[in-house]
Amino acid sequence: MSTLHEADDVSRGTTSPAVLKAVGLTKHFPVRGPGNRVVHAVEGVDLELQQGRVVALVGESGSGKSTVARLLAQLLTLTKGEITLDGTRVDAHFGRKFRRYCRNVQMILQDPFASLNPIHRVRYVLTRSIKIHHPGIRRDEREQLLGELLTRVDLTPPERYLEKFPHELSGGQRQRVAIARALGANPRVLLADEPVSMLDVSIRIGVLNLLRDLKDRLNLAILYITHDIASARYFADRTVVMYAGQVVERGPSEDVTQRPAHPYTQLLIASAPDADLLGERAEGEARGEPPSLISPPSGCRFHPRCPFAMERCVTTAPPIFQVGEGQEAACWLYAEDATEERRAAFGVSA
Amino acid sequence: MTITEPTITRTATTKKPVLEIRDLSVDYGYDDDAVHALKNVNLTLGAGEILGLAGESGCGKSTLAYAATRLLPPPGVITGGEVLFTSSRDGHGGDLLRMSDRELRAQRWRDTAIVFQGSMNSLNPVYKIGKQLMDGIRAHEKMPAHAMRARAADLLSMVGISKDRLDSYPHQLSGGMRQRVMIAMALALEPEVVIMDEPTTALDVVMQRQIVEQIMDLKRDLGFSVIFITHDVSLLLELADRIAIMYAGNIVEDAASSEVYHQPRHPYTAGLLHSFPPLHGPRRELGGIPGSPPDLMALPSGCNFHPRCPFAFDACPKIDPALGPTLYGDAEPHRSVACLLHDPAVGPGRLPDELAARPAG
Ligand SMILES: Nc1ncnc2c1ncn2[C@@H]1O[C@H](COP(=O)(O)OP(=O)(O)OP(=O)(O)O)[C@@H](O)[C@H]1O
Ligand SMILES: Nc1ncnc2c1ncn2[C@@H]1O[C@H](COP(=O)(O)OP(=O)(O)OP(=O)(O)O)[C@@H](O)[C@H]1O
Ligand SMILES: [Mg+2]
Ligand SMILES: [Mg+2]
Repeated sequence: MSTLHEADDVSRGTTSPAVLKAVGLTKHFPVRGPGNRVVHAVEGVDLELQQGRVVALVGESGSGKSTVARLLAQLLTLTKGEITLDGTRVDAHFGRKFRRYCRNVQMILQDPFASLNPIHRVRYVLTRSIKIHHPGIRRDEREQLLGELLTRVDLTPPERYLEKFPHELSGGQRQRVAIARALGANPRVLLADEPVSMLDVSIRIGVLNLLRDLKDRLNLAILYITHDIASARYFADRTVVMYAGQVVERGPSEDVTQRPAHPYTQLLIASAPDADLLGERAEGEARGEPPSLISPPSGCRFHPRCPFAMERCVTTAPPIFQVGEGQEAACWLYAEDATEERRAAFGVSA
Repeated sequence: MTITEPTITRTATTKKPVLEIRDLSVDYGYDDDAVHALKNVNLTLGAGEILGLAGESGCGKSTLAYAATRLLPPPGVITGGEVLFTSSRDGHGGDLLRMSDRELRAQRWRDTAIVFQGSMNSLNPVYKIGKQLMDGIRAHEKMPAHAMRARAADLLSMVGISKDRLDSYPHQLSGGMRQRVMIAMALALEPEVVIMDEPTTALDVVMQRQIVEQIMDLKRDLGFSVIFITHDVSLLLELADRIAIMYAGNIVEDAASSEVYHQPRHPYTAGLLHSFPPLHGPRRELGGIPGSPPDLMALPSGCNFHPRCPFAFDACPKIDPALGPTLYGDAEPHRSVACLLHDPAVGPGRLPDELAARPAG
């Protein structure tokens, strides 16, 4: 099957039911010191993951991507919002429902060096994952599963890797072991937080291709967190763009990257290196600094950096507007009564 | 063992050289199990050029930067070569590797300066930015305190940070601002050559773009030359005049940026170009490069890249190729490659399609 599918029905909308669904995810971290100040790390984020589909979450450093992943993995408690797995709400951090959730939703971290304990062999790491998630499994079944897991992540023959320590493996191999460990739980959802950014450039694509194969074969739902929007285009069906803790745009990856609607997404795309734009780049586009999350800007959080900011951007946070088939942007320029401003900002065609 | 003569006279640059690195070799460690981190590296930086140095983690990029400025910390040892600096302003210069400590101190930061990898995290957290800038200047120039402060303020505004930030502590600045402070420090004495080791790697693309634009503006205004080190070839394609690709301590290809992009001659270069998904244009399936980067302690024989190379043939495990002309020879006078496919004496005499794009003109 070709995996470079054009944006189809599923990436355009939500024709298949969501496995994992988050509504109004909000996380405030308390700040030490006087006053009841908080870091508004994530604010009102909606997200849906579907079986056999990849959603990319992109945005600048500090925009709240990892916090979203940690909320979804139940590693942090929600300040507000609701997470459902197959329509079932999970709100306690204990009990059978919670355990089922943890088995089904597995996380892969950025740093393959830190995420594997250096004193444990690959065999131990994987056996532990299998035992936790398949209590009472027979020994021979377990051995067979070990081999299958390593084969699935292309570490073959498995015997060559089972007795190795993490330091005896390359970065790419370590990340494959971390993926195998996650698969040991037989999950339906993988939360991959920058799974390749610590790897050498020549092996990143290999790991992404592996994740894509696994997704197709095991019908996994994947959340792919990255700050590399070109890799989101390559790997993800849908892309969600975050800015300062909020979703500013979402839609089919191809539409979001080729026809970005939100001024922040446009800035992000214009800033990415692109050899084909050699010499054609308009200079001086990239301006401004990320905002404070302790006292975030009023109205639209992007307004201090936005070249098109209007009066209401300063006073009122924009709702999310439909801008294309399955593509949405939280920007006042797309309000019905902003035709003039929109034309002034993007030219007649937009 | 090589059969092709090293062609150190062959330089890719068409400009007058300011920095010539010749046959530079560096080991880590002293005895038999020393790691050969750089092996006879040849690289020439032309006046006013931006030379990109790209390669995967551990291939020796930082080692090259440190060795070329003689800042290599032990157990790193320079085991051979020369690094010739020739001022394009007044012609003074010499071999940095053979200068006395006094000459070196006078030369450093004034002729060649370096922005270290990860240096934005090396600002001292307990001192204000202004003080740290002034300490840097004071080490080289004597001037009254108020003049010093004015100079520090100028440096800050030169990199686009407002003067009132002189009294900020490092933690009060964003990563991008701290990186710009480090660039300001390197430029304090208006050097002719600036080596920047991964100056934007820890930053997101928007900040990276700001820094890159800043560097281009400064280069235009101050007229220095740059060696820009990164693992991100796509950034270099846009930014650099020329690109040198490193693999396992060797330069394997050295050519103009547009040539690297449109007519890669080394299989590793071609593989790297297939490791970056394009943001625009048609979407295509990518393969990356099979296998993983080599361990310098246990390098493959012959050409170090051969176990990962889709075009390896029987000679590759036996012969270590030297950097030399491409198979197109004099039709491409300003580029070089280290690959046996380009050696008419041992290679098949023709290139695989992927490496065979005709030279322009
Ligand atoms: N435990 C914590 N306590 C206080 N603040 C936190 C905590 N964890 C995260 N934050 C803050 O929340 C914001 C979002 O952080 P997060 O790590 O989610 O960003 P990110 O988008 O993953 O960034 P990066 O691309 O750098 O990984 C940041 O401002 C961060 O400083
Ligand atoms: N102090 C040291 N002792 C022994 N080996 C070292 C030492 N420092 C570096 N090396 C080795 O030398 C090689 C080159 O390292 P170097 O830091 O120059 O790589 P690099 O290309 O800059 O990598 P990166 O992209 O990760 O910064 C590496 O394989 C590294 O393991
Ligand atoms: Mg993160
Ligand atoms: Mg380095």
